[in-house]
Amino acid sequence: MKSLFFRDLKLAIRAGGGFGLGLAFFLILVVLVPFGVGPQSELLSRIAPGILWVGALLACLLSLDRMFALDHEDGSLDLLATSALPMEGACAAKALAHWVTTGLPLTLAAPVLAILLNMPPDGFLWIFISLAVGTPAMSVIGGFGAALTVGIKRGGLLLSLLVLPLYVPTLIFGAEVARRGAEGLQTTTPLLMLAGITLAVSAVLPFVSAMVLKVNLR
Amino acid sequence: MLDVKDLSVARGGVPVLEGLSFSVPAGQALILRGPNGSGKTTLLRTIAGLQPALSGQVEAEADSIAYAAHSDGVKGNLTVTENLRFWADVFGTKGIEHALQQFDLESLFDRPAHALSAGQKRRLGLARLVVTGRKNWILDEPTVSLDTASVQMFADTVRGHLAEGGSAVIATHIDLGLDGTNFDVTPYKATQKKLVGFDEGFL
Repeated sequence: MKSLFFRDLKLAIRAGGGFGLGLAFFLILVVLVPFGVGPQSELLSRIAPGILWVGALLACLLSLDRMFALDHEDGSLDLLATSALPMEGACAAKALAHWVTTGLPLTLAAPVLAILLNMPPDGFLWIFISLAVGTPAMSVIGGFGAALTVGIKRGGLLLSLLVLPLYVPTLIFGAEVARRGAEGLQTTTPLLMLAGITLAVSAVLPFVSAMVLKVNLR
Repeated sequence: MLDVKDLSVARGGVPVLEGLSFSVPAGQALILRGPNGSGKTTLLRTIAGLQPALSGQVEAEADSIAYAAHSDGVKGNLTVTENLRFWADVFGTKGIEHALQQFDLESLFDRPAHALSAGQKRRLGLARLVVTGRKNWILDEPTVSLDTASVQMFADTVRGHLAEGGSAVIATHIDLGLDGTNFDVTPYKATQKKLVGFDEGFL
């Protein structure tokens, strides 16, 4: 599992691996929003948590389809399936690698980008915490979607359609944590809900993904 | 040691081969023969456990099967060594030098795999078999895009593997010069029947 995780990291960082793609998209999106909304700093600071969360979510989607599709194309997935490594472990390792190359950079960049959206300084910490707790769920759920669409050519759009509705609870509670944090309110309840969702999907979905993959490999 | 008993295999829900029984003892190779589309790949995938059998069973020791098919599972962005070392880690074995040497890949060790020729890539894919340390090799047309010298290299490797008590099931169209039984799958062609299992048919 460790070797698969490090291999995926290495592949993501090397040329054409897609590392930084999500981050660049996130950056562009957040930079563009103020142009679209206009110079109303009051309004911007109010919508900042929502924009950051939606942006992070879309940026996450960008690199999902390569999670299993590339390994399927070059045959590694078949070989992994016949190896000693349990598929469940492989799915978990791949989701983790996806999070480290996508969710983690987004989380680290978000407080900086929050400045561009005129977020109140109190919110910086909370946007960071909410993304740190919420983005792992996006990688795990995305891994499930990627496993479902693995054999399909150009399955990216289908993947987005399948995965986006599943992101809704994470988005609601994540943005709520950030909004409440920015307004100086209590964040405990939505944060616990967010953490609960992340833990639940991380516990269950790798097993489901593995089952789906085995069916798709037939 | 590999035992196949009364096995029927299907591709996409349609039975392809039925009533297959054979046994591959340690130190022996079984060469699968049959024209294109006769179901060799489906049979090998079933033996490797990648797809379920319609009926019958495949008996092999747990974790004893190494599978190699048309695609080599080689990552273009990783070097030859990194590719092999990854598979060695996955299979929990040590030392890839032996495999590099057997397939004459030593001089290419730090070459990114995307810069390899088709034949070199294939050699790298076959070298993976050596690092798996598994006993039963299930090979689907392993000699595609190999030149004569490389085919010889591959045949020597398989011979060495058999001499160490391993076994192999190889689907191939050429003569590898291995001592093993030939097994023609043509007589086992499944008779056309109505579709039985319709699940996943709509996907």
